[in-house]
Amino acid sequence: MKKKNLVVIGNGMVGHKFLQCMIDKGATADWNLITFCEEPRMAYDRVNLSGFFLGKTADDLSLVEPDLYKNNNIQIHIGDRASTIDRTSKIITSANGVSVNYDKVVLATGSYPFVPPIKGKDADGTFVYRTIEDLEAMSAHAKKSKVGVVVGGGLLGLECANALKNMGLETHVVEFAPRLMPVQVDDVGGAVLKDQIEALGVKVHVNKSTTEIVNENGTVHKMVFADGSELQTDMIVFSAGIRPRDDIARDCGLVVGDRGGIVVNEACQTSDPDIHAIGECALYENRIYGLVAPGYTMATVAADHLCEPESNQFTGADMSTKLKLLGVDVASFGDAFAKTPGSKEIAIKDSINGTYKKLVVNESGSLLLGGILIGDASAYGNLLQLVQNAIVLPPHPEDLLMPPREGGSSFSMGVESLPDTAQICSCNNVTKAQICTAIQDQGLTDIGAVKKCTNAGTGCGGCVPLVTDLLKAELKAAGIEVKKDICEHFAFSRQELYSLIRTHQIKTFDELLDRHGSGSGCEICKPAIGSILASAWNDYVLTPTHAGLQDTNDAFLANIQKDGTYSVIPRIPGGEITPNMLIVIGEVARDFNLYTKITGGQRIDLLGARVDQLPLIWARLVNAGFESGHAYGKALRTVKSCVGSTWCRFGVQDSTSLAIEIELRYRGLRAPHKLKSAVSGCTRECAEAQSKDFGIIATEKGWNLYVCGNGGIRPQHAQLIAEDLDKETLIQYIDRFLMFYIRTANRLERTATWLNKMEGGLDYLKQVVIHDSLGICAELEAEMAYQVQTYACEWKATIADPEKLQRFNHFVNVDGPDPSLMRVEERGQVRPPFDHERSKERSVVMP
Amino acid sequence: MTQTTIPAVSQWQTICPLTRIIPNTGVCALVNNEQVAIFRIGDEVFAIANYDPFSKAYVLSRGIVGDRQGIPKVASPIYKQNFNLITGECLDDESVSVPVFPVRVTDGQIQVGIT
Repeated sequence: MKKKNLVVIGNGMVGHKFLQCMIDKGATADWNLITFCEEPRMAYDRVNLSGFFLGKTADDLSLVEPDLYKNNNIQIHIGDRASTIDRTSKIITSANGVSVNYDKVVLATGSYPFVPPIKGKDADGTFVYRTIEDLEAMSAHAKKSKVGVVVGGGLLGLECANALKNMGLETHVVEFAPRLMPVQVDDVGGAVLKDQIEALGVKVHVNKSTTEIVNENGTVHKMVFADGSELQTDMIVFSAGIRPRDDIARDCGLVVGDRGGIVVNEACQTSDPDIHAIGECALYENRIYGLVAPGYTMATVAADHLCEPESNQFTGADMSTKLKLLGVDVASFGDAFAKTPGSKEIAIKDSINGTYKKLVVNESGSLLLGGILIGDASAYGNLLQLVQNAIVLPPHPEDLLMPPREGGSSFSMGVESLPDTAQICSCNNVTKAQICTAIQDQGLTDIGAVKKCTNAGTGCGGCVPLVTDLLKAELKAAGIEVKKDICEHFAFSRQELYSLIRTHQIKTFDELLDRHGSGSGCEICKPAIGSILASAWNDYVLTPTHAGLQDTNDAFLANIQKDGTYSVIPRIPGGEITPNMLIVIGEVARDFNLYTKITGGQRIDLLGARVDQLPLIWARLVNAGFESGHAYGKALRTVKSCVGSTWCRFGVQDSTSLAIEIELRYRGLRAPHKLKSAVSGCTRECAEAQSKDFGIIATEKGWNLYVCGNGGIRPQHAQLIAEDLDKETLIQYIDRFLMFYIRTANRLERTATWLNKMEGGLDYLKQVVIHDSLGICAELEAEMAYQVQTYACEWKATIADPEKLQRFNHFVNVDGPDPSLMRVEERGQVRPPFDHERSKERSVVMP
Repeated sequence: MTQTTIPAVSQWQTICPLTRIIPNTGVCALVNNEQVAIFRIGDEVFAIANYDPFSKAYVLSRGIVGDRQGIPKVASPIYKQNFNLITGECLDDESVSVPVFPVRVTDGQIQVGIT
């Protein structure tokens, strides 16, 4: 059978989704797929367009995997707009003069931004916000602007305001209606949203009708409003709604709505059965669906219909939305405006926290119909499920709006109670049954795999918590314990390995592998076990039985950098250093031509040391009295401090002395992950102790101990575990805390994550560490005492051992350094060249 | 264990005694002006290029050796991709591989073949 021609006009998000559906259905066997794309690039993620201003590139935003179209024989005409449809001879012609015969057409032409007919609207400095090109133009103009105005306080307008704000402009939003987001939120919600957004520095003007844009020298100068007021600005972005792009349909005589939009039926067919329309250009029951999820549904329906007529229908779509606008959560779902006869509202406005939450329930209060959430939309996923599945509410529906009370339990709808048909991901229309089946049939055990297999959670991401709950529930139901084996060589978790090593007094990796493992080990189990052995027995990490276990950082006692050279960080306890010691560091850095930088932990980083230079550098440092800083190890790094009562007007205790004492006590202690600490001399907290694994803050009466904080990818504040301690008790608690962490944490698990996963949380940790509920505190203290007594500087030991030093030659058979290393000068120091600099004259081969 | 086809060796260059390499670690040798990473697992030796194509640094000899399902391998110390020590193939990205070199132990000395 000869293949039929199917032409898709428009390669936006919905047009691409349609093609993807056809590919997934294997429809390329029956159809030649041809698509016209007016923009200079294939479909990209318009929903996350503002990411462009945060450094995302057009490639990052692209929705089309490279070669997807090519591999499926889809012909795409990029940068070419389909201009006419000749329905009699069934030919489509493009702006570039391409003609294509068609059997079927899918119109996915999308929409264009509506620009109100205001005098002066076409001046230089006015923009719309729809395509990457629009953003590029905005971005260029913003560089020479101070003030920017967005006309339109809807969803897209606020997103656009965020972009202007991020570009450093004084940002205004001008809205014609009496409130922001008039389509999604009510008056009270709009007011709360306005307060929140103004608190972020964006000025909001509601009830404003622009009458004129006054230009000066051809460029935007000011706006004049109907109430006589004026606003000076350098640029204006119109985001006052969208209009369907239906011109090509009008021109060929298809039926369009009075206010635009190509009229379609349940199969997304237009008045010509051979032509479909989907997405924002389509008008179903007199309504345009300006969200991506309904567009995707239409794409699926059209694809189904073309392959198998009457197999699927579009009957309208849920317009529920959850977004973060300028950092403020906004959600609107179901019957948000209580239009259902007899419906009632329950609302809480919290001006302190800037939140507004409203539920709309049916007359008897037994069913949730819709709602609005501003400021905190964390309940959105659950509430939407209650609406969509008509789940009977608890006796006090108002509890749904309250956070769980101390000691009590709030109503929470377990995922188990959802019906199989419940739509979990509305962006990609994935049901609970589909997710559960995928988990069961394909044995999925992590959220990444579930997303990949089902597409759930890959749109707006709002359903990811629900999908995660489903996964957990499925795994629990299947009796699958989430696999905790450290790797293929040991069927044990880190915690189990730790206890095997302790209980059986195992001293080497080979012994453990012999008795409890298989194979020869790998880069996962070797460093983990090397670390446990160090935590338990504190042997020198480079003894022959341990050397091969260490990651390169531990193996060479320095931090490897991208070009294979290392950085050197000597210990500077508490950040206190004498001028003479500083001079030594300076001299070493100068003599070895090392790049020098101050670290965040009050130390000095010397970068670019070749492996053969490390012993020479350390010979000098050790000789001057420096010790290893263990910056290379999963070990105690640094204890930051402020100058405390010694110098500071406000200090109440001597924080520097305590920081030094603590750093010296725990130096060299190896742990599941790095450990950082700090001591502040008063509540002003200059040492940032509350961002550390353990932090100490001075009080009038003693010391407060905080635990389990960290910075990094997911910052978390440390939590107060004990107050007003004397120094002995403080150190006792820290000993116990650290050893308990070393005993029980997973590999590479920081203290914050460890605590987050701990059943019972901080209260449980207090019970163990302070009240000795497990009766192990004496053991923990003894283990720590052993660590403290057996500490030895690894670098001092290494430079004293000629055999160990052999490993620091780059070549085993000849002298000399790695000849590939190069350096470039920058700001009076050297650094490795970037790829593009490698061949240039600026690069110099390293001496 | 089957060796993949490697061009005939014209000459064997002696590198160092086997005992010079701590068991289950690697060293780097300069052979015919090329950087070669030589690994010792037990008393067996393997040789692949020292150049890590992912980081573009000469560092593979400093990786951790081990096995994946019995295949001897080394993990790059920079971004941790694993390389099959017999074939040079990257186990985490099949489009990438590194050269392998003939290597043997004769009279306690490690020798790398020059082809």
